[in-house]
Order: sequence, then C-alpha cells, then structure tokens
Amino acid sequence: MKTLFKQREALLSILIVVMTLAVATITADFISLANLVIVYNDTAILIILALGQMLVIITRCIDLSVAANLAFTAMVVSMLNSQFPEIPVVFLLIIGALLGMCLGMINGLLVWKLGIPAIVVTLGTMSIYRGAVFLLSDGKWVNAHEMSESFIDIPRYVLLGLPLMAWLSILMIAVMYYFSRYQRTGREIFAAGNSPVAAFYCGMDVGKLQFKAFTISGLLAGLCGYLWASRYAVAYVDVAAGFELQVIAACVIGGISIMGGVGTVLGCVLGALFLGVINNALPVIGISPFWQMAISGAVIVIAVVVNTRAEQGHTRIILKKATLKAA
Amino acid sequence: MTQSTPFFSLRGICKSFPGVKALDDVQLDLYPGEVTALIGENGAGKSTLVKTVTGIYQPESGQLMLEGEPLILSSPDKAREHGITAIHQETVLFDELSVTENIFAGHYLRKGFFSTLDWPTMHKRAQQILESIDAPLSANTLLKHLSIGQRHMVAIARALSFDARVVILDEPTAALSHHETQELYAIVNKLKQAGCAILFISHKFDEIFSIADRFTVFRDGKYIDSGVISEVDESQLVKMMVGRSVDQIYPKVTVALGEEVLKAENLSHPTEFDDISFSLKRGEILGFYGLVGAGRTELMQGLFGVNELMTGRVSIEGQTVSIKSPAQAIAQGIVYVPEERQAQGAILDLPIYQNIGLPQLSKVNTNGWLSNYAEYQMADKFAHRLSVKAPNWLEKVENLSGGNQQKVVIAKWLATLPKVLILDEPTKGIDIGSKAAVHAFMSELVEQGLSVIMVSSELPEVMGMADRIIVMHEGLNVCQLNRDEFTAERIVSAATNGRQESA
Amino acid sequence: MDNSRTIPNTAQDPDNTLNNSTGSAVSKLPSTSIKQRLMSWEFFLLLITAAVCVANSFASPYFLDPWNLSDATFNFVEKAIVALPLALLIICREIDLSVASIIALASVAMGYAAQWGADNTTLLIIGISVGICCGLFNGLLVTHFAIPSIVITIGTMSLFRGLSYILLGDQVLKDYPAGFDYFGQGYVYWVFSVEFTLFLALAVVFYLLLHHTNFGRRTYAIGKNPTGAFYSGINVKRHRLLLFILVGAFAGLAAVLLTSRLGSTRPTIALGWELSIITMVVLGGVNIMGGSGSIHGVFIAVFLMGFVTFGLGLLNVPGIVMSIIVGAMLIAVIACPVLLARYLQRPR
Repeated sequence: MKTLFKQREALLSILIVVMTLAVATITADFISLANLVIVYNDTAILIILALGQMLVIITRCIDLSVAANLAFTAMVVSMLNSQFPEIPVVFLLIIGALLGMCLGMINGLLVWKLGIPAIVVTLGTMSIYRGAVFLLSDGKWVNAHEMSESFIDIPRYVLLGLPLMAWLSILMIAVMYYFSRYQRTGREIFAAGNSPVAAFYCGMDVGKLQFKAFTISGLLAGLCGYLWASRYAVAYVDVAAGFELQVIAACVIGGISIMGGVGTVLGCVLGALFLGVINNALPVIGISPFWQMAISGAVIVIAVVVNTRAEQGHTRIILKKATLKAA
Repeated sequence: MTQSTPFFSLRGICKSFPGVKALDDVQLDLYPGEVTALIGENGAGKSTLVKTVTGIYQPESGQLMLEGEPLILSSPDKAREHGITAIHQETVLFDELSVTENIFAGHYLRKGFFSTLDWPTMHKRAQQILESIDAPLSANTLLKHLSIGQRHMVAIARALSFDARVVILDEPTAALSHHETQELYAIVNKLKQAGCAILFISHKFDEIFSIADRFTVFRDGKYIDSGVISEVDESQLVKMMVGRSVDQIYPKVTVALGEEVLKAENLSHPTEFDDISFSLKRGEILGFYGLVGAGRTELMQGLFGVNELMTGRVSIEGQTVSIKSPAQAIAQGIVYVPEERQAQGAILDLPIYQNIGLPQLSKVNTNGWLSNYAEYQMADKFAHRLSVKAPNWLEKVENLSGGNQQKVVIAKWLATLPKVLILDEPTKGIDIGSKAAVHAFMSELVEQGLSVIMVSSELPEVMGMADRIIVMHEGLNVCQLNRDEFTAERIVSAATNGRQESA
Repeated sequence: MDNSRTIPNTAQDPDNTLNNSTGSAVSKLPSTSIKQRLMSWEFFLLLITAAVCVANSFASPYFLDPWNLSDATFNFVEKAIVALPLALLIICREIDLSVASIIALASVAMGYAAQWGADNTTLLIIGISVGICCGLFNGLLVTHFAIPSIVITIGTMSLFRGLSYILLGDQVLKDYPAGFDYFGQGYVYWVFSVEFTLFLALAVVFYLLLHHTNFGRRTYAIGKNPTGAFYSGINVKRHRLLLFILVGAFAGLAAVLLTSRLGSTRPTIALGWELSIITMVVLGGVNIMGGSGSIHGVFIAVFLMGFVTFGLGLLNVPGIVMSIIVGAMLIAVIACPVLLARYLQRPR
C-alpha cells in the first residue's frame, strides 16, 4: 500500500516509454533526441499549468479559468509588445505573471471569502476572462509581424541543447517540488486538502490556503500567457480554448486525487508528458487532430475511475488478521 | 500537593447552538502538576467545553484566564501559542501524511533564509517523542496504516511536540485496550511531573479515581460542583452527575420472550468483523457492548444492508432473507437508528412530518402523488406517541434538541411497523429527560412484541436495559452473557482484553 | 468548515425561529403564510423580470409586440428545456457539465441519420436516444464508481464534444428532410412556437414532478442529506441515475429543436451552453450545493435571462460580451445571498 503512488508513477513512466517506442516503430525519427526535445518543449506549457492546477485540486477545488486567464495575459503582453516594442521581454514576462496572479486571486477571494464552490466561481470567471480578451482586443488578432523579434525568439533560444522555454518549465518543476515538500504553505495545502477539519484544528485557515493555491495557479497561467503568445506568435480571443481540460486531464492522469490531499509533483509532470506524447504522436501515426479532444476526455474519465478504485481500496481495519494482511 | 492558585480557569462561559444551550454559565479551574477530571454524562457539555478552551468555538460570554491574565482564544492557533492543547475524542489527524508530519502540522520546524522545512530534525524529534511515550512506531509511516490505538499515540505525541502547559484529554481511553490504557496513565503521570495542568475527561469512575487529583462535574451544560477527588466517593459523584440515583433511569421490564425473530449466522466482513452469530427473540433486548471501534456499528450496518461486503446468513422468522440495501432491510422489518443521528438518522433540513414519512412515501401516497395531508396524519400519530416536543410537525428537525431529534428518528422507524429495531448508541448526546424517555419507550416496545438490538458503550445502560449482552472486541464476538450473569467486571474485561475471564 | 459551508436559502421562512417551545402540536397541516411567499426568492425574481421588461420596452418600442416577444423566446427556450431536468439534478447534489456536448453529439448523430435518409420521427427518436445513452453513461460512472459528477462530466464534456469532432471534422451536415424544420421553426397557434409551447408544457410537468410527487420529495431528501436519505431506505443511486438519464434525454430533445431551427449541424453547435443553462438554474434559486430550489423559480429565471439577453441584443452588444454578463450573473447570484446573510447576521 505504501508504495502505491510510487508504483503509479513507475507505471506511468513505463507507459510513456512504451508509447514512445511504439510510435518509433512507425517513424523511427520519433525517438531521435531532436524530436524528443521538441516533444518536451511542446509539453512545457502544459506542465507549468498542470503544476498550478495540482495545488488547486489538492485543496479540493478546481480551476477551470486557467486557459481563459492565459488567453487574457497573452493578449495583454502581445498588445504591450506591439505598442511598446522597447519594453524588455523579461518585464513582459513579469507583467504577465503578475496579471495572471491577480486573476487567480479574484478566483481565490471568491472561494475564500464568499465560500462559493470553486467550480462555479471558475466557470463564471472562465467566461468573464475570455470575454475580457474580446473587450480588450475588440476581436482583433495580434500577429507575428506585430511582435518584436526578441518577444518571439527568447523562449526559443537554445541553451545546452534545450530551448529556454523548456528550461523554464524545468525550473518551475524544481521550484514546485521544493515548495510542495519544503515550504510551510506547500505542506499546509496538502494537509488542508487531506482533512479540512484536522487542518482547522491545527490552526490552519483552509480558505486562505485555497486562496493561495488559486493565486499560484493564476500566476503560472499568466506566465504561460507570454509563453503561448511567443510560441505560436499570435494572440486572439480563442487562444488555448478548452486547454483547461487538458490541464485537468494531466493532473488526473498523474494521480492527483480529485477528492483532494493526494498527489505528487512527479506524478503531475508525468501526467502532462503522457498527454504531450499522445498529442505529438497523433499526427505522426496519421490520426487527425480532431481526435485530440475526445482522447483527453476519455483519458480524464478513465484516470478518474482508476484513481477512485485505488483510493477506495482501504477501509476501516478492525480485525487483527486483516491488519496482518494489510501490513 | 494541592495549590491554592489555579493555573488556568474559566468563569461564566456560555455557548449555545440552535435548539440547545450547550454550556450555561460554567466554570472550571486547572492547577499545575495536577489532573482535574471533568465528569458528566454524554451531552453534559464536555466536548463543547474542550472546543471552547482550544479556540475552535468562541464562547458567547464569560472569561478565560491563564495565570490570572484574561485570555481570548480567537482560533486554534492562539490556543496553541498559549500552550493549550487537546487530544480529541475522535482523533482528527491527516490520513495521507506521515506520522512526523501529523505531529508537526501547523508548527513545522523551519530553518535558513527561505524558512525551509527541516525534515531531518522533525523526523528525529518525532522519533524521540514517540520513544519517550514508548510508542513502537516509525515516524515515516503514513497515518492511514495505523490502528486506532496507534493514532492515539500520534495525537499524544503531537500534544507533546509543543511546550504544552495545559493538556486536555477528551475521553482518551474510549477506544483503547487495557494495556494501552495503562500506557496512557504512565504518559499522564510524566506530564504531571513536568508541571502541566491536565484536564481529563471521562465517565469511567475507575479511571477517574486512579488518575485524577480533582474533579469538576457538569450536568446538562451547567456547572454542578468541584473539589478534591480524595474527599468524595463514587456514589456522590454519580449523584452529582445524573442528579438522581441510578436505578431510576432504567425502567427495565421483564417480558416473556417469544419465538425467534432474527437469526444471524457467520456474519463476516473482510476487515471489520468475523464469524458473528446470534439470535433474537420476540420481546428481547439484546445489548452489544465493546470499546469504540470494536466493529459493532459496522455489524449493525451490515444487518441493515449498508455494508455491502458482509457475508453470512440472516433469517427473519425462519426465512432466509437477502438484505443488500436499507430499502430491503426495511421491507423485511429491520430498521436501524444510527449513532450518527445528524448525518445518517434524520434529514435535518426537512420538517418533522416529512422525515417520518420518508421511508414509506410509496405506502402513504400509493399512486406516486404527494398527499401532505395523509403524510401529516401518519406522522402525527407517531410523533405524538413518542411525545416529540415541537410547536407542530412542520418544524424542521434541525431546530429540535438532540433528544427530540432522536425521538423523530425512532418515530420514523416505528411508523414502518418493524419487527427488529436496532438502536446504535441511542442516548448518545441527548439530555437526561429524553434519555429516560427513550429507555422507557424501549421497554414499552418490547412489551408490545418488538425485538430490540441496542449497541451502547455505556455500561450502566447495557446492564440496565438488556436481557442478554454480546461483547465484541476487535471485530470478534468475545462472549455472550445472560442477564443473571451480568457483572461489570466480566463485561469490561471481555471488552478490553478480548477474552472472557472465568467467573 | 469550509467544505460544509452552505449557502443560505433565502426562500426559507424567516419566522421559523421557534426553538425551545414546548406547546403540543396541532394535528392539522398548517399552511404557509402570504408574508412568507412574498419574502421568497421567486417573488424577488419576478420583480426583477418585470423591471427588465419595462426597461426593454423603453429601449425599443417594438419589444412588447407579440411577434417580437415570440422571436425573443427562440434564444433561450432550448436551453430552458435542459434547465428543467438539470434543476432536479442539481437539487439532488449532482451536476452535469456535459449537456452542451450531448447536444452536439446528438445533433451529429441526427445529421448522419438524415444523410442516410431517416425520416423526421426517426430523427427525433435518434436525437433523444443519443441523449439518453450519454446521460446513462454519465450516470453509471457517477453512481457506480462514486465519483463526483463535476469531474466525470468535465471528462465527458470533452469526450462527447470530441466524438462530434471525430465524426464530423470541419464538415457541415445539412441534408435534413423536408418538414424537419417544424420542431424548431414551426408554430402551434398564433405566436406560440412549437418550441415555446413544448417548454410551457414541460415546465408544468416538471413543476408537478418536483413539487407534487414522491419522486420530487425524494429528490429534495437526497439533496439535503444523501446519507440520511439512503439510511431512510431511498435508493439514492437509482434515483440519481434516473436524473442523469432524464437530463441526457432532454439534452437530446434540445438537440432536435436546435438542429431543426438552424437546419445544420457543426461540431461547435451549442458550444458553451452549459454555462448559460447552469446559470439559469442557479439564478432560479436552486442551491448549487443541492437540497433546495423550485421549478417556478427556474421558470422565471429563464425569462429573466432571456429578456436580459434580448435587451442587450437590442443595444447591439456582441455575443461574447453577453458571456461576460452571464458569467458575472452566475457568480453574483450565488454571492448575493451569502453577502446578504452575512449582513443580516452582523451583531447590531
């Protein structure tokens, strides 16, 4: 029982490797180092968003507004860049992150202060943020030629064989690992999700922890706003529409329990990589991209069912002989 | 050894909940290096007091004083800062986290510029504390793998992990075996020597006399008396606690037993209970006694069709029946008054009459259309019979006192005209008056030919009401005693040690 | 505790403060007072709806024209038809986020069936059957595996919509047989369209179902306390499964009406509708945490939403901006009672 989650992560890793190899039997090129870098780089945004979503789900909430948040920040940084190309990209990145954080805080405040279920709050803000992109841009696109060179190039800059965007996502994984393991707030988020009552008895403010989780999720979404705009060199109203589902799917596949309190950074990253490999493999093996949505839907459903079955495994153990068996 | 100045004291504390005044102008004094026993029946306000003292509830009026200084505890955090810590009746801990983290959650040890959590030190400290209380546990284990007794050890270790000056033990031995209880006493003595003021909550007198220095008695949310334990005897305490002598409470009537109504054979569950067989006759009250967590509730839920994994054979009046859901149990005449009254027993947000009508809507309204009138009439009959106190039956159940809520739950089941009534801790958390009414009503029901199974953790109640007692320990049927074989020693020893001592 | 925090139901009787009174109970069924009814959320909604109507009639002199009003109903009736069963589902503490995707999948199925020459009746049956299957799928997953419906239906929302994309890609299906447009464009009598008449009839049916049958009573009991209801002998799983199927069936029906009205099917059909439908239900006073709400409340809310959208249309507000308003309304409607209760409970 103790190694269940380690087992799950091992299983997921094996599954990813097997899938990659299977695709490689069709196109050997798929496992070339260059292509693997591309696959990882392609998944970087999903990984970063999933890390934020993980914290939110751990606290027994859910953030459906991440993609809309991303679209809004993408539009803001793109418009800033096209109007004022002289602003350094680092500042844009920071502006995006801060803006995203504010949007996340709005979600968090509504959940914390008014006690509205997270699903309702983020369902609402999802369409508000998306609508705000339209108000901001008046429905117009910001295209590649309106963006400065550095805006588009910096995340693509290759350092030690990996693009900066991939490095950024690795940095985020490291930071999140540290945060979730060695920071008080990180641990309290897990504790509060595991048992809100016990957390309250231990003097934690569960609502405030949910607020913090939403804030971090928003911050990461804002960060990805810039990354997305730069990577696809375009910003418009429907950027990343429906991407929140992929993010949630990544978390659920990674073993983050939707009932809260359970999950690891490694699982979350593996979940995102799993989807990343599928998304990259589909065109290679000649399946139309129209399949993507249904696959992530099916994967969410299957992963949730599998998770739940695993969690329902342990019940009250009263009998001595049952204790021996479980140990 | 007694000191004149209390270390921690409460004056004039009031706290009420909808329908109930849980604490009414109570006071309490705790002295350093001494154990004060807080004595009172279930529903006397003990748990509410614990939650008030640990900052979980805010009192409506009254004052808390620590070393003579007024104190306001706005949150559990504040209580901990002042060194007040409680080990709660139901251990509230984190299943998915390690023992170490359960001990240090909320006050993690940190170091360095980034306040990084210092896991190596925390693990070491945790292991030290566990060793100091002789708990053979690894600090790395996840809590969900521990037994109830082991969880208690973790809760105590947690209390010891900060500089506790006031330690509250809320019925800590309810789920512990005899051996574990002795270990707990040793820990309490260590705490005493360290100068902690200890509040020990219990209603087991042998415990109180062996460990406490002082006592305070509550009854129905009110302060009754306090003093030094060596100056009183058990009967005086009992009198203060219940406000009358004990035998008045149990209106046991002797009923001629009829034929066998229920027969259970080899009832088993993979993790909760094993190979339990018993039978129940018409007019009989069968008591199930055991420690909290001995598997009694789980067994009853199995009989009621809630526990899907139960195997074994159940027959009603000689017919083998298959019960896979409460609906089937009700159809067979088995009904269950759960221990968790508010979560399982009643639907608090519905009116009384709708609660009573719920199990048999299709019988009252045969064609599927609601007839509030017919339902109300039916509910009226049974609510009156149990003398539920309410302005009318439109009142929501949540606005009633605990005792009246329990009466509504019983009325709901009587309306289905059952054969077997299972009562799980029927008088837990209800006032003396309602308690007596429930007991009287049990007697009335068996006289009318109903059979009753009563699960209770209160020894006097089981001994007072039951015709036969089955004692359970760790999911097993340890012994079965007839009324003439009842002795407190036999029953308690079977329940805590899991074996029957020769009489 | 946070997870047990519930939103106070403003429709409750404010006079119900009799706590410790010990008077003997009367055996007659007392009736609800007029004051109580006037204090209700439904009445409040009715006032706002009336105000919106007045505002609209000032904004446009044509607003009160019967034909104009009739045209306005087309914007919301299909959603409203799904809102009725969804209200029951939400009262029962479950939710279905996949309704819009079910509509899409049902529409795609009808589109292909029409291409292969199915007649109108067959199309109707196919639309509703696909809806029932989707609802059954949701319901079985939720009840059998005991998984929160929010999660499952987030998954199936993507799955059902994704299937529509797989089946249809970027194509459009529009080979519907003659007369198929009757469902979505026909009129029963004068200005009463088929859709609208159907909605009115269904609203009555659902009103009776929720408020006057055993089924409705059980729905409330489960929503207020699922464990307690289960221990009272109610088959909670079957009840919820039935409601999921019901929601699916009505999403299928909505697909028939919508497809008939548009005369074509794309995979993006009814995109984002789940938001408006849930908003209608919540606006109607149904507690998102389950346990309370009424069909008449939802009925009024449907018109309120419809008239607000119509009014904004008169002001030439684009669709995506309306989604901002819908989103804000969803949050505001839940936040208002919380803030109000907090204000009223403030010590004075």
